[in-house]
Amino acid sequence: MITISHYLVLAAILFSLAVAGIFINRKNVILLLMCIELMLLAVNFNFIAFSRMLGDELGQIFVFFILTVAASEAAIGLAILVVLFRTRQSINVDELGTLKG
Amino acid sequence: MLWLLIEVEFLAVVLVLVYVGAVMVLFLFVVMMLDVQSESLKDDFNRYLPMGLLLSSVIVIEIVHVVWFRSRDVISVLLPQSKPESYSNTQALGGLLYTEHVYAFELAGVILLLAIVAAISLTMRRRPGLKVQNISKQVQVKREDRVRLVKVSPSKDS
Repeated sequence: MITISHYLVLAAILFSLAVAGIFINRKNVILLLMCIELMLLAVNFNFIAFSRMLGDELGQIFVFFILTVAASEAAIGLAILVVLFRTRQSINVDELGTLKG
Repeated sequence: MLWLLIEVEFLAVVLVLVYVGAVMVLFLFVVMMLDVQSESLKDDFNRYLPMGLLLSSVIVIEIVHVVWFRSRDVISVLLPQSKPESYSNTQALGGLLYTEHVYAFELAGVILLLAIVAAISLTMRRRPGLKVQNISKQVQVKREDRVRLVKVSPSKDS
């Protein structure tokens, strides 16, 4: 029988995969964006599981809005990426440290 | 699929539609547009692999410890009992979304519009030498800009 705990563990595994992806990958901004999407998906899993467990549809409403924000974030991030590639001719993360804060 | 199992049908379908229809197509377009050379990915991969593995395994172990071993009796008791057959997940979500949370719903629409405008205005570029119509210039043109009266003397011998 599938319980809520299975869903939470699966979400944890997804989230840690995304974290590992962000840490391992130092070259490609596209992969960073994909890892952020994966993180949001893991959070969505948690929301759905708890919404179903508590019998409250408000969590699903929240997942809806997270989906909206994730899609628009991907669109804007990729647009920034295209502009970045046009000006720098590379999307290497290591070469982006020109903004000396 | 897993969301369908716990009867969250509407969000499962919406998730597939959004991720396949919008996000994947965007990523594919960008991957296609930018020809990234990926030869030197391997040495970096090996350099940062232990750190990433360590961090992610710490996260997994901690969450599994909390979720699976500590509070297993608390969480597993509350199994999601299935809804009655007349229950419609889409209808319930719509009933909530269009009445109580309509303001947030409209705000989500504004966020999507913002994403469209931002993406287009970021990636649009003006190419020099492109022949386009300048409509305001066309509308504001005066008679003096176009018509030149030439006085021709009629008494020329010809």
